[in-house]
Amino acid sequence: MTKEPANLLEDEGFSFLTCMQCGTCTGSCPSGRYTSLNTRRIVLSARRNKDVYHDDDLWMCTTCYQCQERCPRGIKIVDGILTLRAESVHLGVMLPAHRKVAELVMDKGHAVPINDANRANRKALGMDELPETVHKYPQALDHVKKLIKATGFDKLIEEAGEQE
Amino acid sequence: MKPVSLFLGCIIPNRYPGIEKATKIVLDELGVDWADLKGASCCPAPGVFRSFDKVTWLTLAARNIVLSEQMNRDVLTICNGCFGSLSDANHELKNDHSLVKKINKNLAEVNMEYSGTSDVRHIIEFFYKDIGVGKIKEAVTHPLDIKAALHYGCHLIKPSRERDLGTVENPVFFDELLEATGAKSVEYEDKMACCGAGGGVRSALLDKSLEMSNAKLLHMAQAGVDCIINACPFCHLQLDFGQVEIKDKFGHEYNIPVLHYSQLLAIAMGHSPESVGLDLNFIKKEEFMDKLGG
Ligand code: SF4
Ligand code: SF4
Repeated sequence: MTKEPANLLEDEGFSFLTCMQCGTCTGSCPSGRYTSLNTRRIVLSARRNKDVYHDDDLWMCTTCYQCQERCPRGIKIVDGILTLRAESVHLGVMLPAHRKVAELVMDKGHAVPINDANRANRKALGMDELPETVHKYPQALDHVKKLIKATGFDKLIEEAGEQE
Repeated sequence: MKPVSLFLGCIIPNRYPGIEKATKIVLDELGVDWADLKGASCCPAPGVFRSFDKVTWLTLAARNIVLSEQMNRDVLTICNGCFGSLSDANHELKNDHSLVKKINKNLAEVNMEYSGTSDVRHIIEFFYKDIGVGKIKEAVTHPLDIKAALHYGCHLIKPSRERDLGTVENPVFFDELLEATGAKSVEYEDKMACCGAGGGVRSALLDKSLEMSNAKLLHMAQAGVDCIINACPFCHLQLDFGQVEIKDKFGHEYNIPVLHYSQLLAIAMGHSPESVGLDLNFIKKEEFMDKLGG
């Protein structure tokens, strides 16, 4: 069962309830200058148990932490936003571009895998064509895949794909 | 100084290998005991993994940290995103035994166990705290006569509760390191502003993320700088390739070369700009290359 946002955030220790709606977070937010993201409103909505889980604005946060640093109440706003995001993903909300990034890591172990141009660039710089990462060690990639299965992340992404 | 293992992440080895090469060069020149972290994966990117499922994020991050624990080394990151992800995960795990139990149950699938014996470092704070500005200055053989716009990037200094690097509103430690190369760190409006790439915004909402970069670039351009210096390949990508995207989408042309601090330092140590991959950037400028060479 999905938890009400206020309970979820309080249980995780993000104390959104102590917000006094001063607006410092919103005034500090670089994203809010260009997008509809209004941090103060998210905090208020979460506190009032409105359905923030389906709020598109959650995904406009660059996680720059400026709001959190400046909040006079010391509320862990960004960590809370990440928690709200995760809950919404478990409810089936996932932007297609993010799903693709997740699939890349599941498949290659990297969010940005190597390509031919950069294999050539590495060689031109006198470096090995493949870096010392999972790209060079298949068993290590295998471990990553096993862990993703163990946490059920593969299912989560698969289900999101079916919903699109 | 504890020996370190080099965590490359994704963008450095796979998009800007010159940063990897430059990093290894400067670590050697400074006599740092470093080794490759073999078999590491994506940190994993918190904008996607932490935002989707915290346990998965912690499990994959822990695997990377354990690889370094097994070598008895601290993890050295060259990227603000990797640093944020791995140090925040390490911090959570070091402070929560029940969480470690849960994560270790997953790690047991691949015969691994997290024990919390390694720290996660960022190359800039490592240079500042463990090497020191003085020693960096001594290692500079070809002081650079250039004006640079410094971009700290967010996760190098924030959230500050775990960083121990002083003020986040007006930090100076990176400026000191930059000026140790001879370069002048030029003040510009809204210097601490985010580049706009993080949190999955670049991948899902490219135009919005570029509007944020555009504001930064405009302020840098107004300050009349020769180049941009950063500490993060994701900021680097956003500010370098982003200039191409901004020109296409919004019609503004800046043409300001972008360097990771490792690249700048390697050049100040006498290595050629080409040998650390500057010519592989999207923004290339003859005039600037000449200035570095001369
Ligand atoms: S800065 Fe803090 S107290 Fe002020 S509105 Fe934002 S969350 Fe509430
Ligand atoms: S962390 Fe997110 S919400 Fe907070 S200021 Fe930065 S972009 Fe805005």
